[in-house]
Amino acid sequence: MVAQFVRLKLTLMANSFRRSTWQTIGFVAGALYGLFVVGMVVIGLTVLGSQDPVLAGGIITLGGALVVLGWWIVPLFAFGVDATLDPQRFVTYAMPRRTLLAGLATAGVVSIPGIVTLLVALGTSLAWWRSPLALVAAVVGGLLALATCVVGSRATTTALAPLLESRRYREVVTIAAFVPIMLIGPAFAWVGARLGSDDGVTVGPGGGVGSLVADLAGVVAWTPFGAPWALAAGVHDGAWGLVLARLVVALVTLGVVWVVWDRALGRALVSPPTSGAAAQAKGLGWFARFPATPTGAVAARCMTYWLRDPRYSGSIAVVPLIPVVLLVLGGGASSVVFLALAPLTAWILGFALSADVAYDHTAFALHVSTGVDGRADRWGRVLPVLAFGIPVVLLFAVVSVAVADRWDTLPAVLGVSLGTITTSLAVSCVSSARLLYPVPKPGDSPFKQPQGAAMATLVAQMLAMLMMFVLTLPVLVLGALAIFWPQPALGWVALVVGIGLGSALLVAGARWGARIYDRRSPELLQQVLTYA
Amino acid sequence: MVDAPEPPVPVPAPAGTAGTSPVTPVAPGPVDPDPAAAAAPGAGQTPSAISVRGLWKRFGEKIAVAGIDLDVPAGSFYGMVGPNGAGKTTSLSMATGMLRPDYGSVHVHGVDIWANPVEGKRLLGVLPDGVRLFDRLTGAQLVTYAGLLRGMDRDTVAERTHDLLEALDLAADANTFVVDYSAGMTKKIALASAIIHAPRVLVLDEPFEAVDPISAANIRDILSGYVASGGTVVVSSHVMDLVQRMCDHVAVVAAGHVLAAGTVDEVRAGQSLEDRFVELVGGRQSTEGLAWLRSS
Repeated sequence: MVAQFVRLKLTLMANSFRRSTWQTIGFVAGALYGLFVVGMVVIGLTVLGSQDPVLAGGIITLGGALVVLGWWIVPLFAFGVDATLDPQRFVTYAMPRRTLLAGLATAGVVSIPGIVTLLVALGTSLAWWRSPLALVAAVVGGLLALATCVVGSRATTTALAPLLESRRYREVVTIAAFVPIMLIGPAFAWVGARLGSDDGVTVGPGGGVGSLVADLAGVVAWTPFGAPWALAAGVHDGAWGLVLARLVVALVTLGVVWVVWDRALGRALVSPPTSGAAAQAKGLGWFARFPATPTGAVAARCMTYWLRDPRYSGSIAVVPLIPVVLLVLGGGASSVVFLALAPLTAWILGFALSADVAYDHTAFALHVSTGVDGRADRWGRVLPVLAFGIPVVLLFAVVSVAVADRWDTLPAVLGVSLGTITTSLAVSCVSSARLLYPVPKPGDSPFKQPQGAAMATLVAQMLAMLMMFVLTLPVLVLGALAIFWPQPALGWVALVVGIGLGSALLVAGARWGARIYDRRSPELLQQVLTYA
Repeated sequence: MVDAPEPPVPVPAPAGTAGTSPVTPVAPGPVDPDPAAAAAPGAGQTPSAISVRGLWKRFGEKIAVAGIDLDVPAGSFYGMVGPNGAGKTTSLSMATGMLRPDYGSVHVHGVDIWANPVEGKRLLGVLPDGVRLFDRLTGAQLVTYAGLLRGMDRDTVAERTHDLLEALDLAADANTFVVDYSAGMTKKIALASAIIHAPRVLVLDEPFEAVDPISAANIRDILSGYVASGGTVVVSSHVMDLVQRMCDHVAVVAAGHVLAAGTVDEVRAGQSLEDRFVELVGGRQSTEGLAWLRSS
C-alpha cells in the first residue's frame, strides 16, 4: 500500500513533465541548483567538522531547527502549493487510517523538498566522519528529523485545515506572509553586517561568532526542532545523559505530531471541506462612488480588486515595507539610496498592471461579451492606480527627501517619481493587451507560480521593463544630474519633463493599448482560457 | 445572404398547416412574435435573429467546427443539442463574438458581428460556459458591473438589478461575494448579468447546469415570457427532455456538423427527441456489457 502511494506520487511528478518541455528543463535546472547547494553545504560542514566540530555541531543544530520549522510553518502560508496528495481525495476509498497515514508520510518524503531534506540530513552527518559513533548518531538523528519534518507539516496543515478552508483567513495570512518574505534580504544583510563587525574584533573560530552560535545552539538543542540534529554533537562530546535526554525530546515530538495528525485526519475524513461563513459587503461599494460609465465601472471593479484580492492587495501590503528595506540596504537614512524610495514605489505600482488581463483570468469574458471598448477598459484599469498611487508616491517623495535631508532634490525626486508612475502605467496599458503571461489564478496563493510558461513570462516581463526603462530615461538622467551634480535648477526641469512627458506617454499608451484591445479582445480571451 | 434566411419564414406555417387538427390556439405562440420581430428590424427583411454561414474553426489538429450553417428565426426558443465535444460551445462562442472563426460569417439581426462587434454585441446577451466571474464582487455588484459596462444609467441598473435578484431568488444573497456562491447560484447570477440590458437575442450555454429544479422553472418562465414578447433565445443543453418541452426549434450538432435543424417537431419526426438524437448521433453501446456490475 505504501509502495502504491510512492508510485502514485512518482507518476504525478512524471506526468507533470510530460505537459511541457520548458517545465522539465526548469525542473532539471532547479534540481541541479538544489544539488549544488546541498553539495556546498555538505562540503563546507565536512571541512568545518574536521577543524572545529563544536562550531559545526552548533551550525547543524541551528540550521536543522530552521528546516524543521520551515516544514511546519511554510505550508500554512503557501496554501495550495502542493495538494497532490490531499487526504480529502482518498475519502471515498475504503482504506484503514493507519495505511493512509503511512502512505501519505512516505509519499511526503518523495517530493523535491523531501529529497533535498533527506540529502541534507544524511550529508551533514559527514561532518562527524572523524568520530564513527557520532556519525551513526547523526544519521539516526537526521532520519528522525526528516520524519519530524514530514509528519509535523502534515499535522499542522491537517489540524489547521478547518481554519485554512476559510477564505478570509487564507487571504489575511497570505498578505501577512509578504512581510517576512520582503524582510528576508534585509535581515540577512543586517545579520551579516553584525557578524562581520564581530569577526573584526575577535579573530578566528571559537570567538564572537562561535560563542554566539554555541549559546544559541545550546538552547535550540532542547526544542522539538533542534533536538534530533543535536544528537551527534552530544555523542561527540561523550555526554550520554544529554544524548538520551535529546533523543527523548525528539521521539516524544515525533510521537505527539503523529498522534495530532492521526486525530486531525480522522476528523477531516468525516467532515468534508466547507467554505466557512460567507462574507458580506454592504451596498455597491466603489460602484456607487465612481461615475456610472463603462470606464467608471471598470475603475470601481479594479479598485475593489486592489483591496479584496490578495494577488493585488499583496502589492499594496508591500508598499509600507519599501522604506524599511531601502533604509537597511542603503545603510542608513543619510544615504542617497533612500531618495529612490518614491520612484521605486511608483515603478512597482505601475508594473503591477503589466499583465492585468491575465489577472482577470476567464472572468475577462464579461468584458468581451459586453463589448466594452478599449478606451474604457484601459483607463478603467489605470485610474485606480493613479488615484491611490499618486498620493502615496508624493508622500514617499517628501518623506525620503526629509529623511535624507536633501530638500534641494525635492523637485527632481518628484519629477522622476511622477514620470515613472505615468510611464510605467503607459507601458502596462500596451503590454497587458499584447504580452500576456500566466499569473496566479484568482483564489490561488500569490506565491504559487503558474507552471509551464516560465520562459514566456520572463520574456514578456523583460520587454515591459526594458520599455519602461528606455521611456523613463530622459527624466532619470535629468533627475540624476540634479541630485549628483548638484544642479538644483535641473531638478525643476526634471519635474516639468517628468509630468509632461509622463502624461503624454500615458495618454499615448492608453490609446495604443485601446486600439490593440479593440482589435484582439477575443484573442486575449482565448489566451487566458488556455491558462485554465 | 438575404435569400438564405427565407426558408425559416415558413417555419410557423408548418405549425399552421400541420394544425390539421383545430389546435390552432397553439399556433399563436410561435406566430405571435413574428410581427414584433418583423416590425423591429424595420430596415432589413431578415427574419433571422442569428444567421450563421459556413463557420469553421480549427484548434491545432482538431477541427472543432466544420462548416456550420444555422438560422435562428427571430422570436424562437432555439435549442442546440449535441454530445460532449460536438462543437456547441465553440459555435456559440463564434456566434457571440468571443472566438474569431477561421472562416464564415455571423449576422445578428443583420449586423455582421465580426465586422461590427460593438453594434452586434449590443443586441446580444451571452451566458458563456466554463468561464469565471469577477467573483470578488458581491452578487449585486456583479450585476451592476455588467449593466454599467453596457453603458446603462445608474438608476436603470439599480432598478433592474433589484428585479433580477428578486426574480432569480438571489435577493437574500445580494451582498454575499460571488466566490462564496454555490454552482447553481453562480449560474443564476451570470444569467442576471447577461440579461440586464434587455438584449434582443439571448445566447445561453448550458444555462440549467447545477441549477435546482425550482430555480430552473423560474428561469424557464422568465425565458418563455421573454420569447413571447418577441425576444429570441438560444440555449445549448444535454437534457433532451428539457429541450423538447421548452424549445420550439432545435439543432442537433455532432463532430462539428449540423446533423439536423428545424422546428422540434420536424427534427424529432414523431419520435422522442432523445431517441431521434441517439439515432442521428449514433454511438450507443450495447447494454450487454459490464455483466459483473449486476448485483444479483
